[in-house]
Amino acid sequence: MVRYRVTKLCIAAILWYPSIARSQDIPRLNFEKYTLPNGLEVILHEDHSTPIVGVNIWYKVGSGDELPGRTGLAHLFEHLMFMGSQHVPQGVFDRLLESAGATNNASTSEDRTNYYENLPSNALALALWLDADRMGYLLPTMDLARVNIQRDVVKNERRQSVDNVPYGRADEIILAAMFPKNHPYSWPVIGSMVDLTAASLQDVQNFFRTYYAPNNASLAIAGDFDPADAKRLVSLYFGSIPRGPKLPPRPIVPTVTLAKDTFMVMEDKVQLPRVFYTWHGVKEFHSDEAALDLLANVLASDKNSRLYKRLVYDLQIAQSVRAFDGTNRLDGLFQLDVLPKPGQKPADLDKIVREEIDKVVAEGITPRELARVKNSFKSSFINRLASIGGFGGKADQLNHYNYAVGTPDYVQQDARRYDRVTLADVQRVAKQYLTQPKVVLTVVPEGQKDLMLTVDGASR
Amino acid sequence: MKKSHIFLAASIALLAACASAPVAPTNQVDMSKPPQLGPVAELNLPPVIQRELPNGLRLMIVEQHELPVADFILAVGSGGTVDPQGKAGTANLTALMLREGTTTRSSLDIADQIAFLGVNLGTGTTWDAATVSLHTPTAQLDSALALFADVALHPSFPDREFDRLKKNRQTEILQIRDRGPAIADQAFASIVFGTQYPYGNPLIGTQQSIENLKLADLQAFYRTQYRPNNTTLIVVGDVNTADMEQRLRNLFGGWERGEIPPVNFGQPAASGPTTVYLIDKPGAPQSSFRIGAIAVPRSTKDFFALTVLNTALGGSFSSRLNNTLREVRAFTYGARSGFDMRRMAGPFTASAEIVAAKSDSALTDFMHELRSVLDTIPSDELARAKRYTELRLPWSFETTQQIATAVNTVALYGLPTDYYNNYVRNIEAVTQADVQRVARQYIRPESLAIVIVGDRKTIEPGLRAINIAPIVIRDIGGQPIQ
Repeated sequence: MVRYRVTKLCIAAILWYPSIARSQDIPRLNFEKYTLPNGLEVILHEDHSTPIVGVNIWYKVGSGDELPGRTGLAHLFEHLMFMGSQHVPQGVFDRLLESAGATNNASTSEDRTNYYENLPSNALALALWLDADRMGYLLPTMDLARVNIQRDVVKNERRQSVDNVPYGRADEIILAAMFPKNHPYSWPVIGSMVDLTAASLQDVQNFFRTYYAPNNASLAIAGDFDPADAKRLVSLYFGSIPRGPKLPPRPIVPTVTLAKDTFMVMEDKVQLPRVFYTWHGVKEFHSDEAALDLLANVLASDKNSRLYKRLVYDLQIAQSVRAFDGTNRLDGLFQLDVLPKPGQKPADLDKIVREEIDKVVAEGITPRELARVKNSFKSSFINRLASIGGFGGKADQLNHYNYAVGTPDYVQQDARRYDRVTLADVQRVAKQYLTQPKVVLTVVPEGQKDLMLTVDGASR
Repeated sequence: MKKSHIFLAASIALLAACASAPVAPTNQVDMSKPPQLGPVAELNLPPVIQRELPNGLRLMIVEQHELPVADFILAVGSGGTVDPQGKAGTANLTALMLREGTTTRSSLDIADQIAFLGVNLGTGTTWDAATVSLHTPTAQLDSALALFADVALHPSFPDREFDRLKKNRQTEILQIRDRGPAIADQAFASIVFGTQYPYGNPLIGTQQSIENLKLADLQAFYRTQYRPNNTTLIVVGDVNTADMEQRLRNLFGGWERGEIPPVNFGQPAASGPTTVYLIDKPGAPQSSFRIGAIAVPRSTKDFFALTVLNTALGGSFSSRLNNTLREVRAFTYGARSGFDMRRMAGPFTASAEIVAAKSDSALTDFMHELRSVLDTIPSDELARAKRYTELRLPWSFETTQQIATAVNTVALYGLPTDYYNNYVRNIEAVTQADVQRVARQYIRPESLAIVIVGDRKTIEPGLRAINIAPIVIRDIGGQPIQ
C-alpha cells in the first residue's frame, strides 16, 4: 500500500497529447469554495457521471517543515493518521472504509501531505466523520506503541523504495549536494533511518499540535453528491474542531546556486553504471516552468527526442535516457540520467549529452519538436480530468491549485502556460539553466569507481 | 453512467469563489458513532453495442461522452502462451515491433505521429492476448485511427529495429539481476510451472530465448495469430456508434481471415511437498517472499468465492496477511495475495518484501495465515470482504480506459454480456461454506512453493531453525545450482 509519494502532480505522465490542426479546449471545472470559521477551506466539485465521490484533504505541511535530526517525521506522521483516533479504535479506520466499499491512501511531499478516500456516493458521511476525527481528536489515543509499529513499517517502506532498489540511494546523495545543509529540500521525504529511530512520541504530538489544524488544511469533495448535504456534513463534523495556534512561518530560503560543477561517485549492487546530471531549475508555477518541462521532453522522451534518438536509437550505446523538470514550492531541480548498454563507458555517453545540450543552446529546437511536446502536454491536461479521486484526480488537483496559486480551477490557465511557450523560450531556458554548474553523480557497480565521470567529462 | 457534458455546463456564478459557510458550526456533534449510511446508488452500466464484421472481427462499442476522448483496444486472442518452445518472448517482441515500422511509416514516423497528435498508442501482451491500444482526443480521431489501423494491419518488421529491440531486451533481462523482487517473480513461476510450460517462462523472454529469436519467428507469429477472426476491437468514448462502426468497417473490413492453430500447452510441473527455495541476493536488506502453487483458470466456476476469499486473505488493506505482517508485526511495507486467473490455471501467490532479520518469523506468520484461512471465516469479516469487493465496482467504470478494460475482460474470457450487471449479486451469493470449500481446495499448505530471495548469510540459519519445510538453494533463475 503506497502511503508515500514524492513527485509533483502529473508531470511524469507526459509523452502524449495534442492541439495543432484541430485544437480542443480544456474543459472548465465547476466548483464552489468557502471557508469555515475555524479556517478550514472547503472546495466542492459536482460530477454526477458515476455514483462515486472522492474526498481529498491537503495539510500544508511536508518534509520541508522538518527540523534537522528529525527527517522523515512528516511522512511517519502521515502513517500515524491511520492508526486510530479518539472515536475510532486502532485498525477500525480501514475496516470501516472497506466495509463501505471505499479505498484510501495518502502521500507526503516536500510541501504538503494529502489524504484521500474513494467512496461509493452513499458513503461520503463516513469519510468526513473519519477525517474529522483524526483532524480533531488524534492525540488522546496516540501512544508510543502505535508510533513504533509505523516507525518499523516506514523503515520497511524505505528499504522497499530506496535501499533495496538499484540506484535507489542516488536521490538523497544528489539532494545533499544540490542544497546547503539545513535547506528544507536537502533531505529526502522518506528521511534517514537514524532520524526515524529518533522520532519520539513527543515529536509526534508537537507535530500534530503545530500543523494538523483546520486552518492549515483544505478539504475537496468531488463527484456525485448533493452540495447542500455535503455542506451540512462538513459543518457538522469539522465545524467544532478548534482553530490551531498561529502556524510557524513557512521556511524562507534564498535562491540556491552552485559555485561550480560537482562530480561524485557511488558504488551500488548493479550490473551497469548510470549517470545523473542535476541542475537547479525553478519553483512550481515560475514563469519558466512550462518551458523547462517542454525542454525536458524535447531532450528525452520518445524516439525523436534529442538524446534518446542519438544515444538509444541511432548509436545504441545507451539503454535508457530520462529528463525530468521537478518543481516544488521553494525550488526545483532539472535532472537528466543516462544508463549505458553493457560494455559502454559513461564518458562516451557524456560526450553526446554535452554535444546535444550545446546544440539546443546554440541553435534552438524546431517547430515540429515544439509542436510534439506541446500537443502531448495539452492532451495530458484533458486526460487528468477523467477521474475525480485518488492521487492526481480532480479533487487532488483542486487542492493542489488552491494551495499553489489560490484558485482551485486553474487547470485551463495552467494548460495555457504550455500553449504560450515559444521556440525562443525553450532555447533561452536551455541556455539559462543547463549551462549553470551542476552535480554529476555516477553510480557504478561495486569495484568500478574508475567509471566515474570527472571534471573534464572523461573517466578517471 | 450519465452522458451529460457536465464540465461545459458549469455556470459562471459558481466560479465566483469564497462564499461563507452556509451552515453554522455546532458544538453538539456526536462523534461517538460512525454515521449511518443511506442506500447504495445504482450503477447504470452503459450499453455495449456488438457487431461482427464478415471477416470475423468482433466490435464492441460503448458511448461515453463525459470528456472529448476515446479509447480503443484491439485484442488479439493469442499472447505469451503461444510462444514456441525455447522462444519465450516471441509474442511480446512481435507486439513491440508493430510500432517499429509499417509499409508506409518508419519507426520514427510513428513516434512523431503519436506525439504530434497527442495520443497514447501502445502495444503489448499478456499471457492470453496481444493488444494494440489507443487513447486519443476526439479532435484527432481521423489521424489517430488511421495510425492505429496502420500499425495493427501493415507492420513491416524492419531488420534494424528488430536488432535494436533484441539488444534492448537482453539488457533489460540482465538488469533483473539487480532487483530481488523481480528475481523472485521469475523464479517462482519457473519453479511452480516448470520451464517446459509456457507460464514457467517470462513473458519478456530469457537471455537464451531472445538470443534464439529470428525476425522470421515474429513474422510467422504475426501472420498466424493476428487475424480478424481471432480479434475483438473495443471502442469506448465520445463517439457515435453508427459513425464509428462505419469507420471501423472501412479500416478493418479488408483484413483477411486465417486459420488459428490450436495451442498445445503441454503439462505444467507436478506439485511437490512444501519446499523453501532459497535464492541468494547478497546484502539485500529485504527478502522477497513468493509463496503459492498452481490454482485456477479464469473460467473457474469458483471465481466469485475465490475473489471473496482472497479479499479477506490478502486482497485488501485490512486483510489478514497485510494486517498481521504490516500492521501488527511491522515486518513489511505491505503483504498481499492473489489468484492470477488466465485461460489455463494460473498461480495463487502470497507475497511481501520482508526485512531480512525477520525472514524466519515472517515465514511462520505467512504459514499461520494460510492455514487459518482454511477454517470458517467469521461472518463479519466475510461481510466486509464481500462489501469491499462488490461496492468498489463503480470505480472501475469511471474513465473510458477503465470501461474499455472491463469490456475487454468480458470479450477475452468469453464471460456473459451481463457479467457486470450480475457481479454484485454473484458476490453477495457467496456463503461461508463456499469460501471454506475453495480455500481448502486451492490453498494447500502441504504443497506450496516458498520462494525467498534474500541475503542467504543473514536469513538461512533462522529459516533452518524454524524447520517449516526442507530448504533447497537455487540460482537466480530458480534452477538447481550447477
